[in-house]
This record gives sequence, C-alpha cells and structure tokens, in this order.
Amino acid sequence: MNNNKVIQVEGLTKMFGDFTAVNAITFEVDKGEIFGFLGANGAGKTTAMKMLIGISNPTSGNANVAGFDVFTHTENIKKNIGYMSQKFALYDDLTVRENITFFGGIYGLSRKRIKEKSDALIEELGLQNVANKLVGALPLGWKQKLSFSVSLIHDPKIVFLDEPTGGVDPITRRQFWELIYKAANQGTTVFVTTHYMDEAEYCDRVSIMVNGKIEALDTPKKLKEQFKAENMNDVFLKLARG
Amino acid sequence: MKRFIGFIKKEFYHIFRDRRSLFILFGMPIAQILLFGFAITNEINNVDIAILDHSKDATTTEIINKISASKYFSIKQIIEKEADIESVFQKGHVKAVLNFEKDFSKNLIKEHRATVQIITDATDPNTANTISNYVNAILQQYQKDVNKDITIVYQIIPETRMVYNPELKSVYMFVPGVMTIILMLVSAMMTSISITREKELGTMEILLVSPLKPFQVIIGKVFPYIFLSIINAVVIVMLSVFIFKMPVEGSLFLLALESILFIISALALGILISTISATQQTAMMISLMGLMLPVILLSGFIFPISSMPLPLQVISNIIPAKWFIIIIKGIMLKGVGLQFIWKETMILLGMTVFFIALSVKKYKIRLE
Repeated sequence: MNNNKVIQVEGLTKMFGDFTAVNAITFEVDKGEIFGFLGANGAGKTTAMKMLIGISNPTSGNANVAGFDVFTHTENIKKNIGYMSQKFALYDDLTVRENITFFGGIYGLSRKRIKEKSDALIEELGLQNVANKLVGALPLGWKQKLSFSVSLIHDPKIVFLDEPTGGVDPITRRQFWELIYKAANQGTTVFVTTHYMDEAEYCDRVSIMVNGKIEALDTPKKLKEQFKAENMNDVFLKLARG
Repeated sequence: MKRFIGFIKKEFYHIFRDRRSLFILFGMPIAQILLFGFAITNEINNVDIAILDHSKDATTTEIINKISASKYFSIKQIIEKEADIESVFQKGHVKAVLNFEKDFSKNLIKEHRATVQIITDATDPNTANTISNYVNAILQQYQKDVNKDITIVYQIIPETRMVYNPELKSVYMFVPGVMTIILMLVSAMMTSISITREKELGTMEILLVSPLKPFQVIIGKVFPYIFLSIINAVVIVMLSVFIFKMPVEGSLFLLALESILFIISALALGILISTISATQQTAMMISLMGLMLPVILLSGFIFPISSMPLPLQVISNIIPAKWFIIIIKGIMLKGVGLQFIWKETMILLGMTVFFIALSVKKYKIRLE
C-alpha cells in the first residue's frame, strides 16, 4: 500500500433495495490534496461520503481511509478524520469556547491541549471579543469558519467537508477557502463536496459523479481541455446532461 | 469517562439555558401538584343548599341545625312550596334541596319512619353523589344519637369505613397520578425532544462521526434527565408530605427504586420516539398524544379502570403508568412491601427491558 494515498476506493457500491445509489466508484486521494467531489443533487455524493466516514455500511467493493478499512475499522477511521456537514453543526446555545471544549472533549483531547487549541483557534479566527458569547449570536460566515476549525481540532489526517459554503456570501467563501488551503498546506487532506463550480477550480483534482458513477476525474485544467470547455461550469453541464 | 462528563456538562448547558425546558422541568411539577391538590378536588365545602320544611317541628329543626353546623353545607334559602324547587336550581347556586315531609316528628314517633327527600343538581354527577352521601351520613348520625337509649331489635345499620384514605382526600389520589405524569413527561418527552433536536440541527451526524459510540451518545443524552427526574420525584413527594400531609406508609427506599425503574422505562420510550420522529415537533406530538393522553385517561389516575368497558380495560394493561400507579399507591398509602407488588414490578421491569431492546434495535436500523 502506498503511504501517500490517504483514501483508496475500489468498486465501492451502495444499494438501497433495488436502487444503486453509488455504483462501483474507484478513486484515490493523495496526502495533502484538496479533492473536489462534485455531482448534481441525488448523484450519490453524500451516500459515498457517508461510507467513507464510517456511518453507512457499503454493499460491496473496497475502501481504505486514513489507512483503515471501511468495513472493519470504522472506529479507527473516526479517530483520524474530521467532518463538517452541510447543516451548520455547532451548538447555538453554547459559547464559542464551550463548543470548542465540548468537541475537543469528545475526541479525547486532554484539558491542557483543549485550552491551548482553543486559544490558538480563537486568535486565528479573530474571535477574542466573542469567545464567551453564545454561538447563536454570531453571523453565519463566522459560524462556518468556526465549525471548520472545530472539525480540525484533533488534527485529523483527512477532513471531509459536505457542501461547507452553502448560503454564505462570496467574500466569506473566499476566506473559507483560505482556511482550507492553510489546512492542506499543513498536510491535512481535504475532501470537499460542493455545488459551486468556481470552488471546483480551487481544488487540486475534481471528480464528477453522475447517477452514482464517477464520470470524470482529473485536475480542473485537464478536465476543461478534455471537454473543450471554458470553465468548470461548462464541464459539469456537459457531463450532467449527458 | 472524561468524554462522558464533558457530554453531560453540555447537556446541562442546553437545559439550563432554555427557559422552556426549565419551566417544564421545574415549574410544571410544582404547579401541577398544587393545582391538583388545592383547586381540583372531589371534596365538598360550604355547598349551598335550600330547605323545604313541611313540618317545622322539633325534629326537623334539630336536623337542619346539625346540617347547618357542618362545614360542608351552608343553608342558602328556605323555601315554602314544591314549585320553588325548580326555580332555586335554575338560579344555579343551590346544589341540593332537602324536602322534609309533613308531620315528620309525628310519623317518626308513631310509625317509626319519616321521610326526607334529598334532591341534588346532577348536572355535576360527582358533586351530586358526594352531597347525598354527606347528607346521609349526617342523618345516620342523628338517628344514632336519638336512638341511643332505645333498643330496637332487628335493625341493620350499615357502617361504611373508608380505609387508607379515611377522609377521602382527593390529593391522595392525585399525588401518585401527578407524579406518574411528571416523570413520564420529563423522561419521555424531554429526552425525545432533546435527541431529535440534535438530529434536526445536524449535530447528531457530527456526534456519530466522532469516536463516541452511538450508545454513549444516547446514554449521555438521557443521563441528565434521569438525574432531573429523580429530583422531581423527590420534590413531589416532599410537597405532598409537607403541604398536603400525605403519608408515606411504606419504605422510601422501595419507592425510590420503583420510581427509578419507571423513569428508565419512560426514558426508553423517549428514545424510541426519537428514533421514529425527524423533528422536535413530531417528537412532542407523539409524546403528548401517544404517551400523555393514555397516561391521563387509561392509567386509572382519574377514571377507575374497573369501570371502563372491557376493551379499554385490556388496553390499560399495556400502559406502564397503570402499573406504576398501583405500585406507588401501594407503597405510599397502604405501606406494602415488595412481596405485595412484585407482580406489578415484574411487569414494569419486563416492559422496560422490552422498550430498551426495541429502541436499541430501531436505533441501529436508523444508522444503516
């Protein structure tokens, strides 16, 4: 096994009764890569992601995440990945600091480490003035950045982001991607699903799912050449319309 | 363990920062006990009655004085003819009319029998019934006083004695019921709402992706409510003992154990509800309609099970609250030990195990 490959997926399939939600997908993701996982609604990306993060059992195929098998070692996978869902998922009725402490706690960080992490994180995001305010009072953009940072609190090998920038303004999205780049530069692999095609351009490599299958997988530049398209939006439309 | 404490701490933040849950948790039990204890009562006090006395002799005067002296009745009106009966009832204040026949004393002495008619306003049947019983009791007492020097052969005087609750205090009936409702409400409704809340907000997904195991998440969610329910049970028992002077005849320890068993069965129901509902609203509706109503109507709390139609009697058996009410009435009022309520306890235990098994199974299916 190549140690540089943090995600290896081969023929991974998920069936719900007769319906094949994910149809034998195969791909690999390198360490420190920003991997864009694209697809229309209902193409199967969320289902595929759920199998990789260990909350849904695959029907068949093989997959290895952070060096552990998704069939047998989901507990180990969970310790080594971070996850941020499309729904904003911090607690509104807890303060910024309490949220960080709670999530640090469930990942088993020591009290001292949590304190260090919180201080660093609050400073990095410029939240010093609101550290003891309830998260519910913060603007959505701040919440999302905080949520991302919290998903990295235990220094995971891979972070899975499920449509992380839904509903925020372009400036905040830009700032959000700066955080993603920073994490990737520090060696964290980023696996991100998105609907925004401009965001797809920021990824190192992009896969596009159509009806449960991966129809295209390459760097944004090569995909544009391959489909003779101006931008990723055209690539996506050509593929999705078949 | 450290993770678990962090989790519990977070749950308490949720509870203490939400005024609504605080009210349901602490305001409601106290309000309900006081309401049921003071306002809603089956006892009668100072009920207005009217008298229609056709004889106006020594005996009737004496009886009327006795009735008037009791704290249960106050004589509002003296009427002179039968035709007025209707009109005093229609005015609505008077709940009963005592109609003494003509020559009451004479009849009593000559024929050893005299009649007084008790007419009650049965638009409220419970009150009507109680009034007639109380008047009867006063008449019996009078008869006994008069006859105490005379021996009458062959006379059967039924003497009713109410045991365990001799004064027929309704609070004795309400406390076990209210305690059951509160524990059900706090344990089942509050947990099902708090679990579905995490689902609705998307935080449940984050928790499931974390290294916490699903059962740890659930135990972390229900633990604070076990704790709060126990506090509630203690508060209710203390209120009823100190304010309403309700006795706890049996063992407090046994009462505590049985309460914990009931709390756990309600929690398991709460978890079960949370697995089948996607939103907090649904969870609340299911808890209210599916749990609270049967607890109030079919548990024997307000309406006696023995007077229900057979199908309802059968259904009442599957309601855990029914068994719990039998158990706590037994312990609090009759002072019985486990040897008399082991059957009910076993049924409750069986139900608890069943609910836990079912919710674990449902929960696993959901994760797939």
